[in-house]
Amino acid sequence: MTLLEATLLTPLLGGLLLALIGHKPIAGWINVGIGMLTFAASLAMALDVFAHGPHLSPSRMFYIDAFNVYLVVLTAFVGMTTSIFSGPYMRHEVMRGRVTAKRLRLYHSMYQCFLFSMLLALSTNNLGVLWVAMELATLTTVLLVSLYRTPEAIEAAWKYFILCGVGIAQALFGTVLIYFAAEAKLGAGRDDTLLWTVLHDAAAANLDPAVITLAFVFLLVGYGTKVGLVPLHNWLPDAHSEGPTPMSAVLSGLLLNVALYALVRVKMLVDASLHTNLAGYLMMGFGLLSFTVAGLFLHRQHDVKRMFSYSSIEHMGLITFGFGLGGPLATYGALLHMTVHSLTKSAIFVTVGHACQLAGTQRIDQIRGLIRTQPAIGWGLLLGVVSIAGFPPFGVFISEFLLLMATMKAWPWLTIPLLIGFGVAFAGLFRHVQRMVFGEPPPGQKPVEANMLPVVVHLILVLWLGLTIPTFLSRWFEQATLLISGASML
Amino acid sequence: MEFAHLDLYNQAIILFAAVALLTSFLMLAQTRMLPLIFTFAWQGFLLATVTVLVAIVSKHPDLYISAALTVTLKVIVIPWLLYRLSVRLNMQHNAEQISHPTLLLIGGVALVIFSYFVAKSIIHLSGLATRNIIAVSIAIELLGMLLMCVRKSAVAQVIGFMSMESGIFFAASVSTYGMPLIVELGVAFDILVASILFGVFFFHLRDSFGSLDVGQFNKLSEMNEADSPPPAVGLPAAGEHE
Repeated sequence: MTLLEATLLTPLLGGLLLALIGHKPIAGWINVGIGMLTFAASLAMALDVFAHGPHLSPSRMFYIDAFNVYLVVLTAFVGMTTSIFSGPYMRHEVMRGRVTAKRLRLYHSMYQCFLFSMLLALSTNNLGVLWVAMELATLTTVLLVSLYRTPEAIEAAWKYFILCGVGIAQALFGTVLIYFAAEAKLGAGRDDTLLWTVLHDAAAANLDPAVITLAFVFLLVGYGTKVGLVPLHNWLPDAHSEGPTPMSAVLSGLLLNVALYALVRVKMLVDASLHTNLAGYLMMGFGLLSFTVAGLFLHRQHDVKRMFSYSSIEHMGLITFGFGLGGPLATYGALLHMTVHSLTKSAIFVTVGHACQLAGTQRIDQIRGLIRTQPAIGWGLLLGVVSIAGFPPFGVFISEFLLLMATMKAWPWLTIPLLIGFGVAFAGLFRHVQRMVFGEPPPGQKPVEANMLPVVVHLILVLWLGLTIPTFLSRWFEQATLLISGASML
Repeated sequence: MEFAHLDLYNQAIILFAAVALLTSFLMLAQTRMLPLIFTFAWQGFLLATVTVLVAIVSKHPDLYISAALTVTLKVIVIPWLLYRLSVRLNMQHNAEQISHPTLLLIGGVALVIFSYFVAKSIIHLSGLATRNIIAVSIAIELLGMLLMCVRKSAVAQVIGFMSMESGIFFAASVSTYGMPLIVELGVAFDILVASILFGVFFFHLRDSFGSLDVGQFNKLSEMNEADSPPPAVGLPAAGEHE
């Protein structure tokens, strides 16, 4: 069994195992164990790729290069740390009577299946399978969003299902169009025409520009819905706020990244065959719009999880903008931002999950005095928000700075909306968080069982990335930048 | 390309595709639940027929698999599931109001014209005699989306969704002689899981809202949330703020 197969099969088999025993008290620990195995396998695979270069599986079904390998590791890592958080969190939810043991089985099983679908989406070489895996990611999470079975949760899940379903259907049509264009060039009757490696070589031989343009529009709308780009973002705050918090952490930290990964992969094809920057312009437009609108929406939120999901939209908008900008500097910044955002945002959701259990509500105006009741949660939230708002010395600052520099070089006047957007988002976050952390705690507020290990680890990593980027990571980013933008940073 | 100059197979392909498009319009205007489900099944059958005809004309036996998948899912499994569910939920005789049926159908016509416009830019690539089919499949997809937008009933939305999926699957199988098998199977699997999940949701919706009318969703909108205090007894309804 190769390391790649181990990375993919561990969560899949784990999901099946947990479908049988997921309701037992030990299931939370088994979930952690499976997460650790997956992470170990992915890390070993990454080291292998690091040593031997891109890896194409013998059947050509899977392709691992510098771009997706680090996302695979990131996904496995955040999946593992979130499962550590999910154990005590779900125990608390069972104690409060919000979920039953039977639903816990569903939860644990789907958690692993969700991780499997994301890892499959990242590692597959086939654009069709990529679509199937993205849809599978929706299907596995939709029942988790409605896990609490409150009317709000059902509404959120239905919205998520329908909007993402429709959105992702557009992506399928885009995939069909790409296949159509490729078949016209490469000849019918081949079964490898949808393979990304084959398409990327063929793209240099000019696929039909009209078809590819049309395909990209469909794919942008489709995968863009999953990334949460405005105006296709409507499902995102609902799904994030109504589901269990570990789900919010992996949805925000991982699923959005995977959808964006799909979009960037397609953009690489489109760029190679169009020789214009059309795809980039579209992504810049959507990205900037999401960045601005989500920043404004931060101000009028009353639910803490909703607020942070708008912050996710904002950051995904920024990353999309960065990839759209193209060029080595912006691409490097966007890749780094993907990493630090996903680490920080999942840490924040973990903290927020504990904070909500502490206060017994998700309403911002009823969460007060975290730092006095339970300093670990209060400080965790404060540092997480400081980091996500882009303060030095955290990694988010570096990536945002790189993106700003790139914008200043290529489109100087666009730095103004970007800077305003940073300010607006910063104010939006702090006007709420400051009171939640420092305010007067309501009488009778008691500490809860909390596992802050994931938060500490994530924030230390983000801090590390802000101070210095380790050589192996920067080499990966370098190679990925070279792949995506066609030029090296140095 | 004169219609009468085509051979019989090609004429049949265009005819059946056109009828499939017509069923999309029928679904748009159909307000009663059971006929809606049956019309959807008919559409699946017509699309499968066209796929088989294309398979015969172009001698691509792979397409038989696509046709078989379409028949299994869109003609048998999903309509049967929806039928069973609507009987179980005792809503098989329900009918819903459509506010502006004429406007809706004109909108549908506009979408068909738009599909032909979109297809014009790409059909020069197609080696098939059946260029109309690409436009028809885009139209079926867009009409399915329109159906989802205007209907409030969860069942009708699911049918719109599945009809969209049919349109895309149809485009894939006839414009490219079939996607690779693994992709077709994967897509079919996803659709199957989705239809089962939709069934699960029908029960959740009924338990939470008392009906399958998703038009009454109002818990989660930015407007409500901003203004309404946490649910309290004896206060005027939150809706007054809007």
